[in-house]
Amino acid sequence: MTASRRSVLAALLLAAALLPTLPAQADDGLVVYNAQHEALTRAWADGFTRDTGIKVTLRNGDDTELGNQIVQEGAASPADVFLTENSPAMALVDTAGLFAPVDAATLAQVPQGFKPADGKWIGIAARSTVFAYDKRKLTEADLPKSLLALADPKWNGHWGAAPAGADFQAIVSALLQLKGPAATADWLKALKAGGVAFKGNGAAMKAVNAGQIEGAVIYHYYWFGDQAKTGENSANVALHYFRQQDPGAFVSLSGGGVLASSKHAAEAQAFLKWITGKGGQDVLRDGTSFEYAVGNGAASNPKLVPLADLQAPVIEPSTLNSKAVSDLMTAAGLL
Amino acid sequence: MTTTSMAGRVGGGLQRQGLAGMPLAALAVAVSFGSLLPLAFIALVAVQTGWTVSAALIFRPRVAELLANTAWLVLLTVPLTGVFGVALAWLTERTDLPGRRLWRWLAVAPLAVPAFVHSYAWISVAPGLSGLPAGVLIATLAYFPFMYLPVVAALRRLDPALEEAAASLGHGPLRTFMRVVLPQLRLALCGGALLVGLHLLGEYGLFAMVRFDTFTTAIIDQFRSTFNGPAANMLAAVLVACCLALLVGEYRLRGWARYARIGAGAARAPNPVSLGHLTVPALLLPVIIAALSLGVPLLTLGGWLGAGGVAAWLSPQLGSAVLQTAVLSLSGAALTTLAALPIAWLAVRRPGALLRLLEGSNYIVGALPGVVIGLALVTITIRVAHPIYQTVWTVLLAYAVMFLPRAILGLRASLAQAPVSLEEVAHSLGRSPGRTLWSVTLRLAAPGAAAGMALVALGIANELTATQMLAPNGTQTLATAFWSLSGELDYAAAAPYALLMIIVSLPLVWLLHAQSNRLAGR
Repeated sequence: MTASRRSVLAALLLAAALLPTLPAQADDGLVVYNAQHEALTRAWADGFTRDTGIKVTLRNGDDTELGNQIVQEGAASPADVFLTENSPAMALVDTAGLFAPVDAATLAQVPQGFKPADGKWIGIAARSTVFAYDKRKLTEADLPKSLLALADPKWNGHWGAAPAGADFQAIVSALLQLKGPAATADWLKALKAGGVAFKGNGAAMKAVNAGQIEGAVIYHYYWFGDQAKTGENSANVALHYFRQQDPGAFVSLSGGGVLASSKHAAEAQAFLKWITGKGGQDVLRDGTSFEYAVGNGAASNPKLVPLADLQAPVIEPSTLNSKAVSDLMTAAGLL
Repeated sequence: MTTTSMAGRVGGGLQRQGLAGMPLAALAVAVSFGSLLPLAFIALVAVQTGWTVSAALIFRPRVAELLANTAWLVLLTVPLTGVFGVALAWLTERTDLPGRRLWRWLAVAPLAVPAFVHSYAWISVAPGLSGLPAGVLIATLAYFPFMYLPVVAALRRLDPALEEAAASLGHGPLRTFMRVVLPQLRLALCGGALLVGLHLLGEYGLFAMVRFDTFTTAIIDQFRSTFNGPAANMLAAVLVACCLALLVGEYRLRGWARYARIGAGAARAPNPVSLGHLTVPALLLPVIIAALSLGVPLLTLGGWLGAGGVAAWLSPQLGSAVLQTAVLSLSGAALTTLAALPIAWLAVRRPGALLRLLEGSNYIVGALPGVVIGLALVTITIRVAHPIYQTVWTVLLAYAVMFLPRAILGLRASLAQAPVSLEEVAHSLGRSPGRTLWSVTLRLAAPGAAAGMALVALGIANELTATQMLAPNGTQTLATAFWSLSGELDYAAAAPYALLMIIVSLPLVWLLHAQSNRLAGR
């Protein structure tokens, strides 16, 4: 009995002694609210720390989760930098007036079209919408000509997406911008009725590969990433690019911004500059993320279809509205 | 009889002059009040949101769909776990089945595998598994031990005389079982069903992996899109209502019949039923269940560990996840046990109306899923308790609220075994109340506290949703790391985390097994 009281006491003391080692108590350095793929941001953070000696701590989450969190936190936000996969969450934080302007030198590293007009945040990478299809079941002729064509009842039960994810919601925000709320609501209704909902783009592609559905609306890099590894989740899958300025040809801009409330503003600006500069953009070209590089003259991975050939619709990224999208999706019963 | 009640009255008289009473009672009230915060908060948000908006968010087709999903899940899974639990318990307790000791262990062992690791294994084996059938299958395999354990304990304490009487009145074995044994298992089955039901309502990872939408997965989906938006809070309110419905339902089903054995002496141990030529078919049941509930997870895990090779173990994040999990579990368990102490002490030394109220509230809060507690604490800390926002204290608070009942249970049992007269002797020898508590009461309560702490620590080690929502920046536990890696379909890299979670949970199996033996007086 004494022994077990001693062990309880020992556990208490050990716990008390170890508490300060928890991340919150340690010096976090630069706090990045990260909605990008963790592996990519970690590669960026490691490169930045190597070059500058500045420590980076990530808080991982989804685009609009973290975006709404920053808005709720307001001026008290612990975040210094916010990185997303898509633009709507950046627009959300920008609308709340919580971003500091990005340094002019950093903005100059990225061409027009890859940053919002107000210069409050900046594009850090890009990704293209694709229809990933089972090439054993569909031929070129069967493929949908437009994203909207998937609402046709003949696709019922044969296609899927990951509606709870930020990626898909960004595509919907583009659809909303291009075709208006009524058409978007109808299309979402069709998705609810005839589409299969997955918990992530990777899972959706895996289902296509396994023959469970014929095609899925996802981003391009899931396929390239899997091909570069074992191909076990994509061997039967091919990518269809909608092109022709279709909503389905939407190229989504990943964004980065510095919070106005940051206590490490200089370091935060330096981090954005590093990501959009040569070091960060080379990670996109050479790494395993297979996202498009967006810096001036920066090359993307040569395996990708060049950005210029995608015929993406032109959308001002700051107009993408995440709140309207989540409301429409909640109304459609997808959330 | 007379002596007992006399002793009770005398003891009661002495208790009233007990030691360290008021401060502990005040603490107990404070702890219970604290644990009710999330519940109060959800009510507050509903009021703030306003009736029209709340109603629009609650009475919509999506909620009906989730309600149907959840109802089907509970209505199918709970009876299935009951059937497996009773069948296995009967085979391992009442028959001459070969290898009973082994089967007893294997019937508890699936609890060491976190539910979302069960799911991960099954979708590796059968990637097409999805929806309700997948949810029911995997949840049954993951949770049937919650039925098995109480049923085994009850079966062991049954007096065989009743069954013999039934047999002598001409009932066959099956009829005897249905009319005599099964009714006596009622409390055990109700308790098990409640536990399984609450796990079904609160589990996230298991169902997310097989694309089966429940309230919990839908709340997380909303959270991922809108953080703590009103839609997420309203879903949480409905989920809370479901949990309360389960609690009430269980209370009603329990009935008011008494099952205590009366009569002189102790009950005999029942004679095991000889299975004879039915031995081989009877063996099939434990073999199949073990193959599905342990074989599938362990073999797939082995496969992924092989595929990942040594490289999967070399990730620098693995070591830090182990350390962070250990720190969070230990400090969470310590804090929860401390918080449980006043209530447990009160339960033993000062039973009464106040205590029943406190216990009832803790019972209800303990039934709430992590996602509800997480959501509530996020909003509370972000709005009114900003100094502890995103600190380790918030997540520890969530753990304490979630796992308080586990700690109380362990403490109460062992405090009850510490005689009040020892405290009085210590007091009469000049020890102060605080010192008496420390040197007499707690010394005797230490084993129970340790067991309760272990249960809490293990719960924390496998906790996913509240940790994700509340933990400080940069926190990565075994569970959250496993979840983010498997979300990226990197199953090989996720495997070491799953294995470590299982290893960490093994003591839980040992503890539960030992406890069920002790309950049966073995």
